[in-house]
Amino acid sequence: MVSIAVRDASVDFPIFDAGTRSLKKAMLGVVGGRISPNASKVVVIEALRGITLDLQHGARVGLIGHNGAGKSTLLRLLSGIYEPTAGTASVQGRVAPVFDLGVGMDPEISGYENIVIRGLFLGMTRREMDDRVEDIAEFTELGDYLQMPLRTYSTGMRVRLALGVVTSIDPEILLLDEGIGAVDAGFLRKARGRLTDLVDRAGLLVFASHSDELLRELCDTAIWLDRGQIRMHGPLDEVLTEYKNREPGPKRRPPPGGPR
Amino acid sequence: MAGTPRTLNASRSWGLAFDDLDRAWRQRQLWGHLGWQDIKQRYRRSILGPLWITISMAVTAVALGVLYAGLFGNRLEEQLPYILVGFIVWAFIGSSITDGCVVFISNEGLIKHLPAPITVHVYRLVWRQMLFFAHNLLVYAVMLIVFPQPLSLSSLAAVPAFALLVLNGFWVALLVGVVSTRFRDLPPVAQSVVQLMFFLTPIVWIYEDLLNSPNETIAARAQLAELNPFLHFMEIIRRPMLGASFELRHWVVVLVITAVGWALTLVVLRNYRARVSYWV
Repeated sequence: MVSIAVRDASVDFPIFDAGTRSLKKAMLGVVGGRISPNASKVVVIEALRGITLDLQHGARVGLIGHNGAGKSTLLRLLSGIYEPTAGTASVQGRVAPVFDLGVGMDPEISGYENIVIRGLFLGMTRREMDDRVEDIAEFTELGDYLQMPLRTYSTGMRVRLALGVVTSIDPEILLLDEGIGAVDAGFLRKARGRLTDLVDRAGLLVFASHSDELLRELCDTAIWLDRGQIRMHGPLDEVLTEYKNREPGPKRRPPPGGPR
Repeated sequence: MAGTPRTLNASRSWGLAFDDLDRAWRQRQLWGHLGWQDIKQRYRRSILGPLWITISMAVTAVALGVLYAGLFGNRLEEQLPYILVGFIVWAFIGSSITDGCVVFISNEGLIKHLPAPITVHVYRLVWRQMLFFAHNLLVYAVMLIVFPQPLSLSSLAAVPAFALLVLNGFWVALLVGVVSTRFRDLPPVAQSVVQLMFFLTPIVWIYEDLLNSPNETIAARAQLAELNPFLHFMEIIRRPMLGASFELRHWVVVLVITAVGWALTLVVLRNYRARVSYWV
């Protein structure tokens, strides 16, 4: 059974600037050297605070919120990259994240090799990936391009590749960060079919995006994150409306006096 | 990976530490592939490819062998094999430390974007060093033809000796990797220490010659080399590779260091494993 259960989880980042990260400061701190008490204290950023969340099989959740509201951090918490500094996060099911698309991809090797490596990272075997390459080539429409080094790819082509891999390996929990906006509409429609199939079959989708259009395509519920906390969790339309009303973006509030 | 529920929290647990090592071991196709990739990457678009590892080792060893044989007034057939094996072993030891320092720092992207046990990166590093070692063994094989060594059955001790080197390379890389991720001063410090230890360890100078030096001050000073842990790692593998006699004390020292080092590293892994992705 696929599920995500997060209980009162927090993620705190220590911010080490060049000073606090250095061994010298730590040593001096121990010896009681001549540094101000503030200097040895590490600044902490509370990226997520008191997150409690239950997601079951079939959920298609959009994550919305400002830049820096904690969307990416929450996705990383759910994928197990960050373990909560307080509380617990329990994730059951095979997780496949698609975050930054440049990462984990080696520009010097072919698209094909990159597919294999990405698959291996997500817990597949070489043989399993070899079996899927045909399917991925067809889905991504990259064809012979897969033989070329990745550095020759456009951003959209990389997105296709990454999406092709994660959707081919039958993940149970799919975590997408906004980067997938780079593909063209036609491909997105195709991907949507595949993603909804996935979710219907066994899965769960969490998708962070600023695009209402994309969110409506892929999600039915939404979580509004505000300064590291869940502000609202409910049906997509309600959350979107509320988000827009409470937090009018600069575009929506014309400057007094109207356009000049 | 599939189907196993994982509950994660801030607790420092032995279970999760061993689980990390175990899951990473099971992903050996991944780090096996990446380790090869690292080597192929370095020599991409060159005609000889990874064979350059072998060639540069051969050139260095021959040049320095000839040079130091002349400087010390040693016979070439003694000096050159000594330097060559010393270099091959040191290449493994030295880069386990210097590459170990950046094992997590240089994989920041992978660590932050793809969930995998952190020790995957350490396995990959050690595997890469083993591949380098294998490439360098070709030079050793050629050397055996040119300068035959009195190898015997006891030379097989080189095999468990190498296994010990690998085992120690692993904990060292993991330990300095975690500490360097938190304290970014460690890599340059380690770099200098490794460079210094290269000169303090008998690689270009022949240990036994100095021990048996007619000059008593030199002989007494050479004794101090026993305090250098790297000497013992060097000796357990170089002696069998050159057909020298078995010396128990080197093995005892290495075994003790292996046990203590692993114990320390496991404590660090238990306490700070989950912090690495926050620190990188």
